[in-house]
Amino acid sequence: MTLIGQALAVASKDIRVEVRGRHGMAAVLPFSATLLIAFGLSLGPGRALLLQAAPGLLWLAVLFAAVLAFRQAYHAEGEDGALEGLVLAPIDKAAVFLGKASAVAALLLVLEAVVVTLVAAMFGMHLGHAPAALAATFLLGTIGLAAVGSLFGVLVESARTRDVFPLLLLPLATPVLMAGAKATELVVGGRTSEVGSWLGLLGAFDVAVVGVGMLVFGHVVED
Amino acid sequence: MASAERIMAAFTARRSERALGVLAVAALAASAVLSLVVSPPDAEQGNLIRLMYVHVPAAWVAYLAFAVVFVASVAYLVTRKTRWDRLAAASAESGVLFTAMTIVLGSIWAKPVWGTWWTWDPRLTTTAVLLLIYLGYLAVRHLPDSPGRRARWAAVVGIVGFVDVPIVHLSVRWWRGLHQAPARLIGVPDVSPAMGAALGVGFLAFTVVYLYFLVLRLRVGRLEDRVMAEALSPRIGQPVETLLEEAARG
Repeated sequence: MTLIGQALAVASKDIRVEVRGRHGMAAVLPFSATLLIAFGLSLGPGRALLLQAAPGLLWLAVLFAAVLAFRQAYHAEGEDGALEGLVLAPIDKAAVFLGKASAVAALLLVLEAVVVTLVAAMFGMHLGHAPAALAATFLLGTIGLAAVGSLFGVLVESARTRDVFPLLLLPLATPVLMAGAKATELVVGGRTSEVGSWLGLLGAFDVAVVGVGMLVFGHVVED
Repeated sequence: MASAERIMAAFTARRSERALGVLAVAALAASAVLSLVVSPPDAEQGNLIRLMYVHVPAAWVAYLAFAVVFVASVAYLVTRKTRWDRLAAASAESGVLFTAMTIVLGSIWAKPVWGTWWTWDPRLTTTAVLLLIYLGYLAVRHLPDSPGRRARWAAVVGIVGFVDVPIVHLSVRWWRGLHQAPARLIGVPDVSPAMGAALGVGFLAFTVVYLYFLVLRLRVGRLEDRVMAEALSPRIGQPVETLLEEAARG
């Protein structure tokens, strides 16, 4: 099996687990909705302020919900020695990394579709200007986020190390938060021509973390 | 790699440790005299300019320390020798200390000059994110129960964190305003020779202090590992490295 084939096998396993159990989405989707309502309540009902804050709050909700999503994705691996099985499987460790990251990325994209719809409805954000640019922003942001999260997701497996995970993920993912929020702001503001460099930045982040992740993931899961 | 290990061994000998300590105190004293007495007050900022002689060297040492963490982390994953892990740990602790110092000294400087403790300037923001990333690194170092796992996880964080920093910096620069250069709130001060000397000796002094901290922390790290290894193993008297590497493997 090629690296891609192996990664797809791991990803499809994770997605199958999620589709059958829906353990992740059952907690993560309501959580992100709760966050958005809390953001709205904390800023007051003024439409102008809400609209101005919407892109940043959107990505903040995605980031916080992602922390929860990674917990769910790796929690299942901690049960019945599933992770040991995965690590001992005769496949490339880089494939395990890519597979887990792709599965979480797929999950996050579903989550983001819901969050974007909610933000559009509740904060009055207009989405129609450039759907392709908006989709590219979320796709590129999600890849980087999923890669960082999957690399350190093993930390959530044990109760002692679980709480450090957000402390690592949130600062490391600041480029996703900033570039994602700025690109979204430009797209919904109709200034699509300026979005290119932000997408480039997200792409550079993706290449860096996916590349480093493939190189070092074997060291993370070694025992 | 072997020659790097020899250099490390030479630096960490007890005699070099004492020499570094003496040099650090002397350099700090020279830096204090130059920056407080010899160098003139700045035309615009007056005596506030003297903060530059500690703030800028602290920032330099912070970045140097994290670069050392990166190199040592890569070296650990490649060679799996415990000494590289100890070097990464020692350098990260110094790095966090000097990063925090940079931010505090910078804030003290910014309040009278810029009129605020904090602005979302690219360098400030990057430094704050940097501090958070390496606080996360130190938190990871405190967690896993097995020394081998701790070293591997920490090395991965040390590598990813360092790769992340330029991207963070670039994103904050653009985030401030894509089409304008980073805001310059103060002009470049006219540098007199005495000011240049004060800054140069400041760099030297902080670098030597960093090396001294590093060497001290390495010795403490070796002692910690020895205590741990002897507690774990009934075979007292074996070289610590062997015991630890066995522990890491098993």
